Amino acid sequence: MVVERLSKRFGERVAFDDVSFEVGVGEVFGFLGPNGAGKTTTVRTLGTLIAPSSGAAKVAGIPLSPRNGPAIRSRISIMPESPGLYLRLSVRENLECFAGLYELDDIRGRINRALASVNLTDRAADLCGSLSKGLRQRVALARALLNDPAVLFLDEPTSGLDPVATREVHELIMSLRASGVTIFLTTHRLEEAERLCDRVAILNTTLRLVGRPDELRAQLFRRSLDVRLRAPLADPGAVFGAVSEVEGWEQAPSGYTLAVSDPDLAVPALARALVDADADILSLAESHHSLEDVYLELVDEDVEATRR
Amino acid sequence: MSLSWTRIGAILRKELRDYRRNRFVVATMAATPLLFIALPTIQLIAANATGKAVTLRVGLSLLYMLVIPVIMPSVISAYSVVGEREQGTLEPVLSTPIRREEFLIAKALAAFIPTLVTAYAVFGIFLAIAALFAHPVIVSAIYAGTHVLVQLLFTPLLAGWAVWIGIAVSTRMSDIRAAQQLSVLGSAPPLAILVLMSLNVITVSTALAIGLAAALLAFDLLAWRVVATMFDRERLLIGGRR
Ligand SMILES: Nc1ncnc2c1ncn2[C@@H]1O[C@H](COP(=O)(O)OP(=O)(O)O)[C@@H](O)[C@H]1O
Ligand SMILES: [Mg+2]
Repeated sequence: MVVERLSKRFGERVAFDDVSFEVGVGEVFGFLGPNGAGKTTTVRTLGTLIAPSSGAAKVAGIPLSPRNGPAIRSRISIMPESPGLYLRLSVRENLECFAGLYELDDIRGRINRALASVNLTDRAADLCGSLSKGLRQRVALARALLNDPAVLFLDEPTSGLDPVATREVHELIMSLRASGVTIFLTTHRLEEAERLCDRVAILNTTLRLVGRPDELRAQLFRRSLDVRLRAPLADPGAVFGAVSEVEGWEQAPSGYTLAVSDPDLAVPALARALVDADADILSLAESHHSLEDVYLELVDEDVEATRR
Repeated sequence: MSLSWTRIGAILRKELRDYRRNRFVVATMAATPLLFIALPTIQLIAANATGKAVTLRVGLSLLYMLVIPVIMPSVISAYSVVGEREQGTLEPVLSTPIRREEFLIAKALAAFIPTLVTAYAVFGIFLAIAALFAHPVIVSAIYAGTHVLVQLLFTPLLAGWAVWIGIAVSTRMSDIRAAQQLSVLGSAPPLAILVLMSLNVITVSTALAIGLAAALLAFDLLAWRVVATMFDRERLLIGGRR
């Protein structure tokens, strides 16, 4: 999938703007952003449900255009934010309807495989209306797997699910990833993107950053050490300034945060310097920045506010 | 453009399954025959068979049964698009390769088929009861002339009109109830013409009847093209939210 400078406006309102990225075959690509960032609109645009205002894209290798709509839609599938099942129909009947819509052959076999891959084989005869939210989500996932999509779009697959159901969906996505399905996953949950995705794009109307989760972290933050002492230093500037590996320091609520280029070199030198300065060390550790920090840093720039 | 009957069939089958489990639809389909057989048969059986009144009475009874192919499909088809929208099932369906024409034709058949079955069943039962219990003069009035033919012909023609009006309304409205009211209203004009004809307000001639039938047939067969242009994926999915 290749997306070039894609934008969508609803009248005056910009849903997403100037978005470009590529997704490789077999990749799990995370689209991370707060509510209203334009994730769902992006999925709908790439899924040919709505037309872009400008820009171009290739989805499953096919150029995005009104003419190519049916061809693209037959090669992809979308699991929307809400499952959208026919509640008076059984799980199997729902899947039969969609297998027909994709004009699939071996409908029985495909339905059985899709049900097996979401662990719903023994619920096939249940009416969808009687299923819990988590199970409905899994039926929707089975439905999206029916046509062996070249790209599988998952729009906030775990929103509104309890932790147990969320974990089940995560496990299903990981097993799909292991079997080589290309997945475009939107989420507003960081740990989800971090856990499941090979690469993550951070979107807040415009694309902020694209990269592997660990790259994003490295790109945004210099590495740093958290130092906790029993008592504050009398002259922290003198102590830290004497250690060449420390590039900067600042007071933190529970001690000090030091900017370092290489923690492996800095920690031993720093420990010696602190002992020499008669400080009682409680802990001395590399601080762990989660993707959350990256995310908040980007999202905090608050385009929302400037746009309105 | 080629239409896929597999896809049309998939939606149609889904709809028919859904009706069977929808208490409202089942109740309506069961109540309709009762309501529409009872009145005309009681009228006919109770009638004393004299003179011109017989013809008029027979005509009105038959006309009364033509209300079925007007009301029933317009209520069902008014639900077709806006109902899927409201349930949130429109988006997954439109995410498949289905063309809007296929979707609309499937929805039309899903309203048309049960209507035709019900209306013909009601008419059949009416004919049988009349043959068994009504006065011979009345029976011959029913079977004389073109009554039966007209009834059999206009039932699907009126149903087709009502179906397409209902679907057109359904693609434009965002409220089920309002859609159904508007749809019933919109399906009435051809029936009104028939009423005027049978009350002799409009002079009936074979040519006029055939003309009306031909016009309805043309409408029924071509309307999907017009309705398809009203069916705008984007507006249906994201409209009504602002
Ligand atoms: N039908 C619509 N009409 C007008 N604005 C819309 C419509 N749909 C979405 N938007 C706007 O587009 C932006 C992106 O929405 P959406 O794609 O749903 O975000 P997300 O899925 O990331 O929460 C929001 O500001 C939203 O208000
Ligand atoms: Mg969304």
